[in-house]
Amino acid sequence: MSSNMMTRSIAVLRRPAGRSRSILSSIWFALGFPFFLLVLWGVWATIAPQKFFPSPIAIVEAFVKTWIGPAFVDDVLPSLARLAIGIVVSILVGVVAGTVIGLVRWLRELLEPTLEFFRAVPPPVLVPILMLVFGPGDATRVIVILAGAVWPVLLNTIEGVRSTDSVMTETARSFALTPIERLRYLVLPSASPRIMTGVRQSLSVALILMVISEMFNNSSGLGYRITYFQTNYLIAEMWSGILLLGLVGVLLAALFGFVERRVLRWYHGIKEVERA
Amino acid sequence: MTTASVAAPRTRPRRSARGIRKLVLGVAGLLGFLTIWQLIPLLGIVDPRYLPPATTVLGQLVGELNDLEFWRNVGRTMTTWGIGLLIATLAAVAIGTVVGLVPYLRHLTHTTVEFLRPIPSVALIPLAILMFGFQMPAALLIVVYASFWQVFVQVLYGVADVDTVARDTARSFGLTRASRFRNLVLPTALPYIMTGVRLGAAVALILTVTAELLIAVPGIGRVIVFARSAGDVPTVYVYVVVAGLLGLLVNMLFRVIERRVLSWHQSVRGEEVS
Repeated sequence: MSSNMMTRSIAVLRRPAGRSRSILSSIWFALGFPFFLLVLWGVWATIAPQKFFPSPIAIVEAFVKTWIGPAFVDDVLPSLARLAIGIVVSILVGVVAGTVIGLVRWLRELLEPTLEFFRAVPPPVLVPILMLVFGPGDATRVIVILAGAVWPVLLNTIEGVRSTDSVMTETARSFALTPIERLRYLVLPSASPRIMTGVRQSLSVALILMVISEMFNNSSGLGYRITYFQTNYLIAEMWSGILLLGLVGVLLAALFGFVERRVLRWYHGIKEVERA
Repeated sequence: MTTASVAAPRTRPRRSARGIRKLVLGVAGLLGFLTIWQLIPLLGIVDPRYLPPATTVLGQLVGELNDLEFWRNVGRTMTTWGIGLLIATLAAVAIGTVVGLVPYLRHLTHTTVEFLRPIPSVALIPLAILMFGFQMPAALLIVVYASFWQVFVQVLYGVADVDTVARDTARSFGLTRASRFRNLVLPTALPYIMTGVRLGAAVALILTVTAELLIAVPGIGRVIVFARSAGDVPTVYVYVVVAGLLGLLVNMLFRVIERRVLSWHQSVRGEEVS
């Protein structure tokens, strides 16, 4: 990576017109290949029309027609709201419970095997059970997301809190930091890289569960819409739904990346110094 | 193993006492959980029709173990899982190595990968149904898509992680391309690949069961759906527990494989010394 950067900056120095060229090349690298794939897909769809693969233009048309308008308020926003609530509650529950369990050793040893089992359960199988116990409804769909997304955060927080550097813990004790100060300045920061790893894992689980909870006998939401389009053979509309879910996934990943960079700025800094 | 038993004698009694404590507490935790599960329906907090007591579910689970159909369903799930994971791993290692080793390709495909990776693979379920009907290939499409990215990203990291000094040394010593790949790139990337495969295995199981639930591909997921629509609630719980046990088994299996394959690697050797 570093040697790469060096050769590139040398090449820029040699060429006076390098600046505009490097912008062009980064645009080429960012969009060239996706564009090429789309063109390939479009040409292929025109030459040999496939039943299940409409051309990208048809999908974009269907996207505008289907999602921009009342469907956005009726289906997309409620889905996203449930997703957001599910994720936020998972993170809160996971971090709080994980910190308590991670700090108290007997509690950790008591609960660890049980929690490991719960994490190992593929979350989608919980959907039928939760629908049974809590009945169909918005609250159940949030609980479904929570029931799957809480484990990665919880277990990673336990692990992160547990592996706080013991010298630092003792130093903090000798300097008579109050428990709250210790939590605020030592335990949580040192656990935060692990916590963020857990959050990243639970984001993708949450998105999957949002879709699944809506594919199970429901009447609204993104997952329901996509299934509806498929059973009614509205192929381009179905693809537009897949595209929309993809965009949600990309946005979620981008948002996470942004937050992670802020929260873990000090950590990445240390890593870079260690590597250099 | 042998080195550990030689080095251990002095610390052994203390360590085993701690191990016993951990075991006892862990078992107590599991028993506590089962007791709570047993009491909730018995005390009427949740209707026993929706949450049968633990003894009912576990009793039926033991009964199912003698049923051939039970093992067939487990077999079907694990077959879909295994084939899916295998295809995903092979494809990810092959493509990932090529893309990872050629910086030009890595830059070119970066945005495409970053867009395709976060697409939740369940979004592809309708497409899979259209393409393959309610058959195993439909499940495979979803399983492979989900686990491919897990391995692929790790392979990219791993291949790019080759130490620059080692690489330059290998070049100056005139190692051939094939030898450099075998003796330098592969050992560097292997820990990453194993991490990717372990993550991919867990994801593949989740998506296998999901496909069985939603596409009705034969396997334990489909049993859950059928039992639910038949109102046979205990069977639903039995198979949920089975799904959890399979998940646990997959996790343990890959931890063991990782230890075996990477027994030479610092991350595994370091643990044994301490």
